[in-house]
Amino acid sequence: MGKTMFRKLWDAHEVRPAEDGQPALLFIDLHLVQEVTSTQAFDGLRLAGRTVRRPDRTVATVDHNVPTIGRENGISDELSAKQVEALERNAEEFGIPLFSIRSRRQGIVHVIGPELGLTQPGMTIVCGDSHTSTHGAFGALAFGIGTSEVEHVLATQTLPQTLPRTLRVSIEGERPVGVTAKDLILGTIGQLGVGGGVGYAIEFAGSAIRDLSMEGRMTVCNMTIEGGGRAGMIAPDDTTFDYIEGRPGAPDDFEAAVERWRSLPSDDDAEFDREETVDATALAPQVTWGTNPGMVAPITDRVPDPEDYDDPGDRESVRRALDYMGLQGGEAIEDIAIDTVFLGSCTNARIEDLRAAASIVAGRSVAPSVRAMVVPGSMQVKARAEEEGLDEVFRRAGFEWRDAGCSMCLAMNDDVLQPGERCASTSNRNFEGRQGKGGRTHLVSPPMAAAAAIAGHLVDVRSFDADLVGA
Amino acid sequence: MEPFTVHTSRLAPLDRHDVDTDQIIPKQFLKRIERTGFGEFLFWDWREEDDYHLHHPRFRDAEVLVTGRNFGCGSSREHAPWSLQDHGYRAIVAVSFADIFRNNCTKIGLLPVELPESEVRALIDFAHEDHMAQVHIDLPEQVVHMPDGRRVGFDIDPGVKQRLVNGWDDVSLTLNDEALIERYENEREIAGAGTAWLHDR
Repeated sequence: MGKTMFRKLWDAHEVRPAEDGQPALLFIDLHLVQEVTSTQAFDGLRLAGRTVRRPDRTVATVDHNVPTIGRENGISDELSAKQVEALERNAEEFGIPLFSIRSRRQGIVHVIGPELGLTQPGMTIVCGDSHTSTHGAFGALAFGIGTSEVEHVLATQTLPQTLPRTLRVSIEGERPVGVTAKDLILGTIGQLGVGGGVGYAIEFAGSAIRDLSMEGRMTVCNMTIEGGGRAGMIAPDDTTFDYIEGRPGAPDDFEAAVERWRSLPSDDDAEFDREETVDATALAPQVTWGTNPGMVAPITDRVPDPEDYDDPGDRESVRRALDYMGLQGGEAIEDIAIDTVFLGSCTNARIEDLRAAASIVAGRSVAPSVRAMVVPGSMQVKARAEEEGLDEVFRRAGFEWRDAGCSMCLAMNDDVLQPGERCASTSNRNFEGRQGKGGRTHLVSPPMAAAAAIAGHLVDVRSFDADLVGA
Repeated sequence: MEPFTVHTSRLAPLDRHDVDTDQIIPKQFLKRIERTGFGEFLFWDWREEDDYHLHHPRFRDAEVLVTGRNFGCGSSREHAPWSLQDHGYRAIVAVSFADIFRNNCTKIGLLPVELPESEVRALIDFAHEDHMAQVHIDLPEQVVHMPDGRRVGFDIDPGVKQRLVNGWDDVSLTLNDEALIERYENEREIAGAGTAWLHDR
C-alpha cells in the first residue's frame, strides 16, 4: 500500500520510532519563535544550564505585541516592551537571527517564513503559535506547540509526538466568482464543525485546492486549527515551486530540491483513516455570525434561530453566541451594520489579499460610520503594496495604512475593539473578546471585508461592480 | 513536574462546549514573562456572568474541572493550562480536548481525562446536586471512581501516562537519546535549509 504525504514526512523525520509505549521522536527542520510564547522557554533553558541546539534552524520575529503605527517611537506599553526586549536579549544570547520592529523584513511569523523562502516542502516546522499550520500549504508538516514544547525544541531540535490519524478533505469543483480561499475553509469548517478535525493531520486535496495560488493555500491551511486539525497540508506542485524559486532562502541547487519535492505527494493508492468532500461549486461568500469559526453561513442567509437546533447543548451554545453578538436570530446577514473593518492577520494579509481588497475599494469611499484599517502581514508585503500603489487606493478610500503585525486579530497591541463594537475581519477567530473585550467579530474574506467597509454593513461582494480577483 | 498518580477531589462544573483558550485566559495577561501566578486571571471575562460558578465558594476549592466537548480549542498558549493549574486544578475531565491544549496540559502534570458525554453529564449533575460530591481519579489503573461508586475507565496514551505518573521531564528524557539525534543530523537531515544566512542581512 502507498503512503500518504503525511506519513512520508513523518517517516523521514523519525529520530527514533515509537516503541515500548513511548512516542516517536521527530526532528524539527525549522523552528519559528515569537515574543509571547518563548520568554519562559528561554528561562527554562537558562535554569537547566542548557543551550539552543540548532540556532541555525531557528528564527525569531516580533509580531503579536508590536505597534502598527508610530513604531519609530518604540513600544509605549510597558509590558509589551518588556516582552519584546526579552526576545531581543534571548536571540542575542543564544545566537538566533531575529527580525526586530526596526527590520524591513519584520512581519507576522507565518507570513515571513514563506516570504523569505524558509518554508519549504518536506520540512517539519513548529512554532509556539497555533496558526503554524499555515506552512503546511507547501507540503510541510507544520503545527503549533506550547511553551514547554518550544523549550524542548530549543534544547533538542526534536519533539516527542504521538501519531495522529489522517483525514483527506477533498474540495472539488470550480470556485464561483467572489468565492475565495477564505470561503473554502470557512465553508469546510462549517460542514465539519470546530472539533471536526481533532486528532487528525489533514491533507487538503481536490481541484479547488489545486487551482489556488500559494497565498490561497496558506489561507486554507492557516485555519486548519479552527476545525481542530493538528496539521493541515497540501501537496506541493509547480505552483509551490514557482513561488519558492528565487526567494532568498530557496535551496542553492533548486532543480535537485524540486526533484526531491516531487516525491512528496501522497501515493495514488495511499489510504486515509477518513475522507470528506466539500463541493466548492455550492459555496457563496461566507460570514461568521457567532463566537466560533464553525458558526458560519453564506452571506445570502439569515442568522439562525436557537430553536432551529435539536440538540439542547447546541441550542444553548447558539443562544449564548447570539446574546454575545447582539443578534436576535432570524435577521438577514446582509442587514447587519458594522463599525470597524480589519484587513490583516496571518490568514489574509498577504499581497494577493491586499490586491483583492483594493480591487473592491478602488474609486470608492469607506462609509462615514466605519473605521477601516489595513495591516499588512509583513513589512515586505507593505513595501510591495506601496510599489503597486495599493496604499494610495486604500488611503484615498479612507482606510488607515499600518505597519506589519498581528494587530487586531488578537488585540494584544493598541488595535482593540471597544465593547459592543462590531467588526468585519479577515482574521481567523471570532471568539468572545478576541478582538477586544465585548467586541463582536464577523470573519470574512478580504473582498468581503472591503465591501463591508464601503457599504457600512455586511454585504454580498458579488453585488459590487468590480473585478473580483480571487485571493 | 509533579507526578500524578491518584487524586480525590470535589468537582467544579463548567457546562459548556468548545471553551477556547481566549476564554480560559484572555490575551492581556499573556504579556507577563513569568511562568507562575496566572491563576488569578482564569476565566477573567466570564466572572461577572450569572451562569458562571467556578469562583463561587461552593466550587472554588474543587481540584477537578468537568466540562464539555473540544475544551481548550484555539490558541496554543500554554498560559491556559498554567492558569488552570495555578488556580488549583489537578485534572480536567471533558468529553474531548483540543490537541495542542491536551499536549500542553500533559507537559506540566495537569491530567486530561476524556469520558463519554453521558458520564460527564452525570458528573456535572452530581456537582450541582451536592457540591461535596467527590471523584477519585486513579491514573495507573486508568479509572475514575464516580460519586455513586461506579468505576469508569478512560484511555490515555501509554507514553504520556508514564511521564505523568513519574513526573518525568521530557527534555531530560530526550537528551538520553542525544546520540540518536546526532546520528540523524549527520546522516539524514535535509541539507541547506537553515537560517544562519539571515544574520548577514
